[in-house]
Amino acid sequence: MAQTILHKAETRGHANHGWLSSYQSFSFAGYYNPDRMQFGALRVLNDDTVDAGMGFGKHPHDNMEIISIPLEGDLEHKDSMNNVAVIKNGDIQAMSAGTGIYHSEYNNDRASQVKFLQIWIYPNKKNVEPRYDQLTLNLEDRHNKLQQVLSPSVDDAGVWIHQDAWFHLGKFDKDINTEYAIKKQGNGVYAFILSGQVEINGEVLNTRDALGIWDTDQFKITALTDAEFLLIDVPMEF
Amino acid sequence: MNQTQILVIGRHPEILATVIRLVNNNPAWNATGCITDEEAISAFDKQTFALVLLGGGIEELSEDQLSAYFTSHNPDIKIVQHYGGGSGLLSAEIYEALG
Repeated sequence: MAQTILHKAETRGHANHGWLSSYQSFSFAGYYNPDRMQFGALRVLNDDTVDAGMGFGKHPHDNMEIISIPLEGDLEHKDSMNNVAVIKNGDIQAMSAGTGIYHSEYNNDRASQVKFLQIWIYPNKKNVEPRYDQLTLNLEDRHNKLQQVLSPSVDDAGVWIHQDAWFHLGKFDKDINTEYAIKKQGNGVYAFILSGQVEINGEVLNTRDALGIWDTDQFKITALTDAEFLLIDVPMEF
Repeated sequence: MNQTQILVIGRHPEILATVIRLVNNNPAWNATGCITDEEAISAFDKQTFALVLLGGGIEELSEDQLSAYFTSHNPDIKIVQHYGGGSGLLSAEIYEALG
C-alpha cells in the first residue's frame, strides 16, 4: 500500500532577504521544522526568486549533489573549477560538490527577476572529485509525456549525479494522464507541481504543492488543468 | 550564557572557516575548528564538547577512529556528518543532533 505525505505550498518555509525570496520545502538556514527535514535523499527543494542584478556571492559546498533548474530568466554560474556559464529556462545544471568547491550565482539581468529551483540530494559516495554538468533540454520532449532530465548514469538521458535518483519534468495538457513507474526498489517520488492542477494517487495538487509517495511500484498522474510538474525519484534509505 | 561547545573537523581550510563562522553566528554555540585528526583529538582532550561535526574530506578510516575515540571518552557526545559545507543545512543538523 502506497504511503504518501502532502506538503501544501503555503506550509513551506519562507525567507525574504529583500533581493531573494526563497520558499523552502525542507528545513534550510533560518527555517527549521523537525517534521520537514528531508524526503529520503532529497534534502533541499528551494523555490527561489532573485531580483534583477542580484545573486549569491562566492560560497562553499562539499558532499552534496546540487541541481539547479531555472524557471524564468538567466542565472550566471561561476565556480572554483573555472566554469563560467549561464543557465536559462530549459536548462538543468548539476554539481557534485564532493571534496569542496566554491561558486557564485548571479542574475546579471538589470531588469528581470530570475526564478529557479535549487535542489540538493545527499550523495551516495562522499568526498568525490567535484564536477559540474549543464544541459539544454528540448522543451517539446516533455509535452504530454515525461522527460527524464537527471539520472545516476552518465550514459542515460539528462545530467547525472552521485545518487540513485531520477528527475522527470512534464508539461501536460488538461486531461492527459500517465503512469509513473518508480525507478528502483526502495525509492520514493516527491512530486512538485510547478503550475496548474494535477491529481496523483487520488490527491489533488495545486501550484507549488507537493506529494511524497513511496512503498509502491507505480502511480497515476492526471493533469486536471494544463500543468507542469517535476518528479524527484530518490532512495528513501541511503 | 553557557555556550554549547561544538568541535568541527574538516580538511578544506576555507570551508572549515566558513562553517565555524556560521556556527558562531548563533550566540548559543561556540565552534572549535580542526583540520587534522591530531588537532581534533588534542582539542577534544582540552575541552568538553556536546557535538562533533564531521565535515568534508575526512577519510572513512579517520572518521571511524575519531568517532571511536570521542565516544569512548564521552559516551554522551553527538557526532554528526555535516553535508553541504557551511550551508543552509548547518543549523538544522545542529538542532537535530542536540534535540
